[in-house]
Amino acid sequence: MSQDTLFDKVWDLHKVASLPGGSDQIFVGLHLIHEVTSPQAFGALKDKNLKVKFPQRTVATVDHIVPTDNQSRPFKDNLAEQMIDTLEKNCTEHKIKFFNIGSGNQGIVHVVAPELGLTQPGMTIACGDSHTSTHGAFGSIAFGIGTSQVRDVLASQTIAMNKLKVRQIWCENKLSNGIYAKDLVLNIINQLGVKAGVGYAYEFAGPAISALSMEERMTVCNMSIEGGARCGYINPDEKTFSYMKDKLCAPQNENWDKAVKWWKSLKSSDNCIYDDVFKLDASKVEPTITWGITPGQSIGVNQKIPSLNEIHPNDQFIAREAYEYMGFKPGQSIKNTPIDVCFIGSCTNGRISDLRVAAQVLEDHKVAKNMKAFVVPGSEKVAKEAKKEGLDKIFINAGFQWREPGCSMCLAMNSDKLIGNQVSASSSNRNFKGRQGSPNGRTLLMSPAMVAAASITGKVSDVRDLINK
Amino acid sequence: MSIKFKTPMGKISRLNGKCISLVGDDIDTDRIIPARFLKCINFDSLAKSVFDDDRKTLKGNHPFDLETNKGSSILIVNSNFGCGSSREHAPQALMRWGIKAIIGESFADIFYSNCIAIGIPCFTLPKKSIKEIQRYLDIKNLFFEINLFESTAKAEDLKFNLEIKETSKNMFLSGEWDATSKLLENEALIKQKLNDLPYINFNSSF
Repeated sequence: MSQDTLFDKVWDLHKVASLPGGSDQIFVGLHLIHEVTSPQAFGALKDKNLKVKFPQRTVATVDHIVPTDNQSRPFKDNLAEQMIDTLEKNCTEHKIKFFNIGSGNQGIVHVVAPELGLTQPGMTIACGDSHTSTHGAFGSIAFGIGTSQVRDVLASQTIAMNKLKVRQIWCENKLSNGIYAKDLVLNIINQLGVKAGVGYAYEFAGPAISALSMEERMTVCNMSIEGGARCGYINPDEKTFSYMKDKLCAPQNENWDKAVKWWKSLKSSDNCIYDDVFKLDASKVEPTITWGITPGQSIGVNQKIPSLNEIHPNDQFIAREAYEYMGFKPGQSIKNTPIDVCFIGSCTNGRISDLRVAAQVLEDHKVAKNMKAFVVPGSEKVAKEAKKEGLDKIFINAGFQWREPGCSMCLAMNSDKLIGNQVSASSSNRNFKGRQGSPNGRTLLMSPAMVAAASITGKVSDVRDLINK
Repeated sequence: MSIKFKTPMGKISRLNGKCISLVGDDIDTDRIIPARFLKCINFDSLAKSVFDDDRKTLKGNHPFDLETNKGSSILIVNSNFGCGSSREHAPQALMRWGIKAIIGESFADIFYSNCIAIGIPCFTLPKKSIKEIQRYLDIKNLFFEINLFESTAKAEDLKFNLEIKETSKNMFLSGEWDATSKLLENEALIKQKLNDLPYINFNSSF
């Protein structure tokens, strides 16, 4: 059993009681909600005649269903309109702060909360979305929950949960030039597998993690769940504090100093105990791309699709399924695979630094003929900053469509979808069958820089060949 | 006329039903219920959309479409079932289709806790036992009698000792899987916790 890690400290601090069945009742410091997984929870409250216990500890935004082309109300899609309308009504009725479209603070929930300073070290954060692990980048314990648990948090500000084990993932050395946080996390998931994290929280640590910016750290923690870990976190440091300073909801003035002092005390102690430790050499990471139908099925851009005998027997069933679905043959190069659609955005890679990196690659280039390329900023704040820096112009001049903030084609709940068996180069987090809106659409996950490179050449390319010229 | 679906309630200690096998590892919640069906404000209409893409691709040959599997309520799966999105719509869709319990090699964390929260017990068995059940189901129907207290699944000619987390088992046997009221019993402790947490007072309000 782990001892004295940040996870242990934050868990113990938020434990309200041991429940009779043996699980813990955990206080949720910050509850984030959105339009997709909350309406049934509010419905259940009504059925049980319950109120929202602490409305000031829940914050809402709208992201999954929003159109990214025309956001005027009512939305063209009646169902989407019904969902935003329901969220608006629920937030008004229960006095919950709602960052709606046009507020200047709307966006993907996992982009918005950190940029507002709502996400803080030492908090427990829950949201009806599996990518809630993102917030762990700040040293909070953040995890995705389902709708029944959203109901429980609304009603009691607590949930029943079993304590997770803690695996430290130690990333030695540093990422090379042209290699990004996305490449690192895809490698971690590939090496450990997509189910190794079940029952675990992942603590990402080591020189390669310390060297990452806060936004890169969010990319890593975001994809913890793709490795099976419901929760991933990084111990807070000076970078964490300087990112948070002066954010709208961050502690101010004398409270800031008190907060920093407390945050520093939360770090995993030097002599803490982990349930497991896994080590990885970050200097060996290459630009990485998924070739299959799970985020664990990835290879370096210059590698070949693995053959069955290179794959662990337990993973061969899903590998066979992947060859068939993706149309790849074992031994085939991934490089030069033709791409139909390029998507930059999502809670994984839709932040300002992601847009900057992609724009840098795109400057003075045009996207390939017949390429559909679009960029969806992660939030209204990201969009505003990008425009201020002129990034929108670079994207548009290169032939990208510049869209309004939302989740968009990461999960295709709006009209941004693949068609038929199109292949996308996507900066998002899941390459599951049908994920991007077409039952036979194919997704290749990669960093925003690699998506930008693919948009220019029209095929899977090594971004280092473009930026190192 | 459709009859309103009755969600499970109270203590769950015994379940009897016909088994349905779904072979495959890492079956994610996008496959169980594609995102387009999440555009709803209640769970009522999800039953018919469960595995929609997979079923359309297999044109009637998906286990959930086979005549022989009609009326099944115990789902047999392989490893890491329910990975991916936290959407409770996935177990809700399975439940509304008729699934009352799941036996598999392993489950993804969020899917598992969603199942517990809505009253679907999930059990694990070693790979070879799951294979044995799936091979059996290739040939003939299998009816299990699941006893949660003993953690067993019995059929005429088969018996398995199921594994289930002790906390989950206790919750089903006591009825506390429906957690809200239990959590609210500790109201005073919750208020105390709110007052004790250092960060509650640090923050500026919005």
